[in-house]
Amino acid sequence: MPPPALEIHDVTVAYHRKPVLWDIDLVVPEGKLVGIVGPNGAGKTTLIKAALGLVPLASGKVEIYGKSLKQQRSLIGYVPQRESVDWDFPVTALDVVLMGTYGQLGWFRRPGKIQREAARVGLEQVGMSQYAHRQIRQLSGGQQQRVFLARALAQDARIYFMDEPFAGVDAATESAIVTLMQSLRSTGKTVFVVHHDLQTVAEYFDYVILLNMRLIACGPTKVTFSTKNLQATYGGRLTILDEAAEAIRQRDPLR
Amino acid sequence: MLATSITFKVMMGTTLLGATAGVVGSYAVLRRRALVSDMLAHAALPGICLAFLIVGARDIFALSIGALATGLVGLLLVTVLCRWTRTKEDAAIGIVLSTFFGAGVVLLSFAQRHHQGNQAGLDTYLFGEIAAMQSREVRLLLAVGTLVLLAVLALHKEFKVLAFDPEFAASQGWPIFLLDFGMMALLAVVTVVGLPICGVILMAALTILPSAAARFWTNRLGSLLLLAGLFGGVSAAVGTLLASPVPQQLLGFNPLAFGWHPSHLPPGPLIVLTTASLLVVSLFIAPQHGIAARLVGEFRLRARIFREHLLRSLYEMSEAELPALPAIAESALVDYRSWNRLLVDWQIRRAERRGLVELKDGTIRLTPDGLTTAADLTRTHRLWELFLVEYANIAEDHVDRDADDVEHLLPQPLIDDLQRRLAEEGRLPLQPRVDIPPPSMPESPHELEP
Repeated sequence: MPPPALEIHDVTVAYHRKPVLWDIDLVVPEGKLVGIVGPNGAGKTTLIKAALGLVPLASGKVEIYGKSLKQQRSLIGYVPQRESVDWDFPVTALDVVLMGTYGQLGWFRRPGKIQREAARVGLEQVGMSQYAHRQIRQLSGGQQQRVFLARALAQDARIYFMDEPFAGVDAATESAIVTLMQSLRSTGKTVFVVHHDLQTVAEYFDYVILLNMRLIACGPTKVTFSTKNLQATYGGRLTILDEAAEAIRQRDPLR
Repeated sequence: MLATSITFKVMMGTTLLGATAGVVGSYAVLRRRALVSDMLAHAALPGICLAFLIVGARDIFALSIGALATGLVGLLLVTVLCRWTRTKEDAAIGIVLSTFFGAGVVLLSFAQRHHQGNQAGLDTYLFGEIAAMQSREVRLLLAVGTLVLLAVLALHKEFKVLAFDPEFAASQGWPIFLLDFGMMALLAVVTVVGLPICGVILMAALTILPSAAARFWTNRLGSLLLLAGLFGGVSAAVGTLLASPVPQQLLGFNPLAFGWHPSHLPPGPLIVLTTASLLVVSLFIAPQHGIAARLVGEFRLRARIFREHLLRSLYEMSEAELPALPAIAESALVDYRSWNRLLVDWQIRRAERRGLVELKDGTIRLTPDGLTTAADLTRTHRLWELFLVEYANIAEDHVDRDADDVEHLLPQPLIDDLQRRLAEEGRLPLQPRVDIPPPSMPESPHELEP
C-alpha cells in the first residue's frame, strides 16, 4: 500500500503555552478533496499551519507521503488567508504568481523562461491572464484570491493547503475555485481546504476533517459528515478543554 | 583646488552610501521595520563613546564596531521586550531608542571632558561631519556600499518573498528567521557606516525617505529599489556638496551661512532636507499617485460627468421628435436641469469641437454622432435605473439620483450583461422602438421633467 498523502500523529500545538490543538491523530489518503470544518477558534488554520511546519509542535509529528515535512517541502502548495498580506505591496499579479516557483529555484537563482511560463499557465488556469500586469491593489477581492491560487499552482505541488479560499469572494470566483479543485483531484492531487459554509461541504468535498480543538472525526464525507458528528463539533464548546487552556494561560505570570 | 578634489572623493563615498541606504531601507520599510534603523542609529551613540574611551582615539573602525555592538544590543532588547512583556513593538522601540540615546549623551560629555574628546570631534557624530574625513573613511564607505549592494542584488528574490508574504516563504522552506536577520544586519551595517556623515539623530531618514519618495512613482519592486537608490544617492551627493567648502570657493561666499555664521552647516540635516524635498516634489507631481495627477483626474471625471448629463438631457429633449433632430434653445437646456449657464456654455462649446452638437443662433442640435453617443448614455442610465427598481427595490421617483452616482463609472461588459438579463425577462422592448440607433432603448422608469 502506498503511504498516505498526509499523516498527523499525536500533534499538540500551543500558542504562548495555551494549547489550541490537542492530540490530533489523522490519516488522509491521496487524491481527496478534504474540507476542514469546525467553529471559530477550533484550530482549523492552526492545523494547516502545523502541517506546513509554520507553528512549532508541542508534541507529535507530521508526515507527507511517509516522510518528514523537511524532505517533502517541494510537494506542498500553500494558499494563505487573503488578509495575511499587504495588498499595497509594489508587485504585479504575475510577480506574486512567480513567487510560487521560488521554492524549486533555490538560493540566488532568478526565475527564467520556464518559471514565467509556469506562472502564466497558473494565471490562465484561474482565468486571470488579462490581469497579469496589474498592480495587486487594483484587483478585486476575488481576483486577489485567484492570484493566490495561481501562485500555489505555480508551485506544482502534490498536496495543497488552502486557508479559507472562499472567504469574501464573488460567485464567479467561488465556482472557479471549485472547478480548479476538482481538476486538481482528477490529476491525483490532494487538496485540504479550511471551510466555513456547512451548506456546501457535502457538495464540494469527498473527505472531511471535523475539528474543535480536538479531532471529532475524519473520513469520507458520506459517512463522516453526519448530524451526530456535527453536533459533537458545534454543540457547545468543549468547556473542560477551554478551561484547562485558560488555567494554563493564567499561570504564566508574564502574560 | 585641493579642497575641491577631496570633496569629490568624499562625495563619491557618500553618494554610494546614500544609494545603498535607499535600497536597503526600501526593504525595511516594506517589511514594516522603518523605525528599526532609527533605533539602531540612536542606540549606536553609547557604543561610539565606549569604543572611543577604550581605544582612546577617533578610529573609524573601532567606533563603527562599537556602534554596531550597542545597536545590536538595542535590537535584542526590543525583541526581548516584545516577546516577554506586554510592551508592543512601537513602544519597545521608543523605550530602547531614548534610553540608549540618553546614555550616549551622558557618555559623550564624559568622553569629551576626560579624553580631550572635543579635539577628537566626537560630538560631530550627532549631526555628521565631512570636513575631517580621511581617505581611509571614504574607502570604508565605498567597500561597505559595494558589498551591501551586491548582497541585496544576490538576495533580491528571497527578500521580495520575505517582505511580501513571510508565512508563504516559510512554507516553501526559506529560513525566514535567518533572512530577516540578514536583512536587518545589512540595514545595521549601512546605518552604522553612515553615522559619521549623517549623524545618529538623522541617519534613519536616509533609509526611510528615499523609498517613500520612490513609492509615488512606481508599482514595481525592482524600479522602486532603483529609484530609492537614485534618490538616496542624489540627496547624499547634494547634501555633501552643500556642507563642503566648495560652494564658498566657487561663489566667493557661503549661500547657507545666511550672513550670521561663517562656518558651514553639518551634512546630516542638508542631506535629509534634500531627500525631503524630493519627497515633497514627488508627492505633488508624480503620475498616478501624485496630488496634481489626482486633481487633474478628478477634474476630468467631473467634466465628463457634466458633459454626459448635458448629452442625456439633449437626448431626452429630442426624444419625442426622433428620428428628426430638433434644434433646442440653450435657455431651455439650462432650465431643464437648472444648470449654471456659464458651465453649460463651456461644455457645449467643447461638445461642438468634438462634433457632437451643432450651435446656431443660441440653439443646439445633436449631430448624428452626438445622437449615437447621447443615446448610449441614456440607455446606460435607464438600464441602471431599471436594475435599481427591479432588483434593489428603490422607489421609481428616487432612482434618477441613485443611478447618477454610479452610472458614469460602469464598465461596458456590466452594461451589456444587464441589458441581456433585462431582455431575457421581457423588461426591454425586443423590437427597436424607432429605426434609428440605438435599438432596444428602454423607456425611462420614471416621468421625465417637462
